Amino acid sequence: MSHLPATPGVGFKPQHFAAILQDARPVGFFEVHAENYLGAGGLPHAQLTALRADFPLSLHGVGLSIGSPHGLDRDHLTRVRALCDRYQPDSFSEHLAWSSHGAEYLNDLLPLPYTPQTLALVIDHVDQVQTALARPILLENPATYLLFQQSEIPETQFLQAIAHATGCGLLLDVNNLYVSEVNHRRDPWAWLDAFPLDLVQEIHLGGHATEDLPSGPLLIDDHGSAVADPVWALYAGAIARQGPLPTLVEWDNDLPDWPVLTAEAARADAILRHAGLAHAV
Amino acid sequence: MPSDHARFTAAFDAALRGGPLPPGVTGPEAERRFAVYRNNVAVGLSAALAQRFPVIHRLVGADYFAALAASFGAIDRPRSPVMAEWGAGFAAYLAGFPPLAGWPWMADVARIEHARGVAFHAADAAPIRPERLATADPATLWLGLHPSVIVLSLHHAGVAVWAMNQPGATPGPVPAGPQIALILRDPSWSVPVTAISPADAAMIAALPNGSLTAAAQAAQAVQPDHDPQPLLLHLMRSGSLTDTETAP
Repeated sequence: MSHLPATPGVGFKPQHFAAILQDARPVGFFEVHAENYLGAGGLPHAQLTALRADFPLSLHGVGLSIGSPHGLDRDHLTRVRALCDRYQPDSFSEHLAWSSHGAEYLNDLLPLPYTPQTLALVIDHVDQVQTALARPILLENPATYLLFQQSEIPETQFLQAIAHATGCGLLLDVNNLYVSEVNHRRDPWAWLDAFPLDLVQEIHLGGHATEDLPSGPLLIDDHGSAVADPVWALYAGAIARQGPLPTLVEWDNDLPDWPVLTAEAARADAILRHAGLAHAV
Repeated sequence: MPSDHARFTAAFDAALRGGPLPPGVTGPEAERRFAVYRNNVAVGLSAALAQRFPVIHRLVGADYFAALAASFGAIDRPRSPVMAEWGAGFAAYLAGFPPLAGWPWMADVARIEHARGVAFHAADAAPIRPERLATADPATLWLGLHPSVIVLSLHHAGVAVWAMNQPGATPGPVPAGPQIALILRDPSWSVPVTAISPADAAMIAALPNGSLTAAAQAAQAVQPDHDPQPLLLHLMRSGSLTDTETAP
C-alpha cells in the first residue's frame, strides 16, 4: 500500500491542465473527486491518465454517503472500486456525512448526530467500503452549521472511535474544523488538542465565506477563496505537533489562475519544510 | 420500524424541501443555519444542471434557470452521485412546461445538450486507419461507429438554435424545422453538433449493420441522388468510424 508524499498537493481542475504541463515543478500530488471520473472515457480519463503517470494521486469520494441509515449504494461502490482498480490511487478518502435519502442523491454533505447508534452505523459502513475497495480509507471531519441535541459523543472522539474500530485513517480538514468550531462558538484549538493527530494521514486546506448572525459570524465552507489566516495558524500548529503530512489545497469555486493556487501550495510547503527540519533534529 | 437515525434523516430531507426543522435542532438561529444546507442543495443542483445545459441557461437567464432547476429537481432528483448523469429527463420536463410553450425548440436544445454530455463521457475507441478506408472494397467493408456518435431526430430547428447560441455566433431568425442532429466527440475532445439530412441519418443507422455499400444504398433509398462522400469524410475526420471484422 503506497502513501501520499508529505508535500503539498492541489485539487486538480481541468481548466489548469495546460498550465500544469508547462510547470516545471507543479506540486507533490493531485487529488480529484472520484464522482467526476466515473464516465466511460473521453477527456477526463485522458487527463487523469496523464497526471497519474507523473504524480501521486488521491481519490476523494463525495458520494458514498457513509452516514446514511439506508445502507450503501452497491452500484456506486462497484463503480468506485473499478476506478480504484484503474488508477491505483495512493489514497482514497470520504466524508463523515450523508448525502443520499433512499435512492435519491442530495448533492451535499449533510450532518449526523453523534450517538452510539450512528457510531455503530458508520463503523459498519466504513468496514463495507474498505472491504469493497480492498484498501483502508481515510475519513474526513465535516464542516457543520448546526448541532443536534441528541448528539452524545464529541466529534473528535467519534472519529477516533471509527478509526480504532475499522483501521481507517483520518483526513483532517483544518478549514472544516475552524468553520465548525467558530460556528458553534467553541475554541478551534481545543478541538485540535482533543483530536488524535497520530491517526491523520492527509490534511485539507480550503477557503470559506462569512455571513453574519446575531450571535456572531457564520462561516460557510465554500472552497471559493484563499485559505484564511486562522486556518493557516491551526495548520502550522497541527504540523508542528505531528510533523509533515500530505497537505491538499482545495479550491473548487471561483477558480483562480494556476499560479495563485501554487502560491497557496508554496505557503503550505514552507510550513512543512520548517516542521521537517524541526522533526529531523 | 425505522431507526432514530432513519427518522432523523427523513425529517432532515423533508426540511430541505421546505418542511419544519428536523428534531433536535433548536435555537433562535436554527432557521438561518439550516438555510445553509437548503442553499447548498439548491445551488449545487442548479450549478450541475447549468454545466450540463449551458445554452438553456443562456436562453432563459440565470434566475429563471435556477427556478427551473429547483422545480425540475423537486420532481426528478439525481439518482446517483455522478452529477454528470443527472438531467436525462430535463428535455421532456421542458417540453411539458407550459410557461415555455412559446419556445417550442427549447426541448430540442435540451436534448442536444444532454446528448453532448453523453458523447463527452462516452467510451474511447480507436478510429479506422485512413489507408484502410481508402483501399478496402466497400462491398465487403463493415464499419463501426465510435461510441460517442448520437443521431437525434428533432421536432424543430434545434441545431440552428444551439449553433446561434455558441460563443461568437450571431443570433438570427430560427429556420423552419424539423432538423436531424449529428453529435459526436472528435479527436480534440470537442463535441460538435451538425444538422444532417434524412438520407445521412439513414446511412449512419445502416453503417454498423452491413457493408459500406449497403449503407450507401440505405441512404439512396431515402434520397436517390445522395452522395455518401461528404458524410463519410466528416465522420472519418472526426474519428467516428471504427474498424470491425469483415462481414460474416
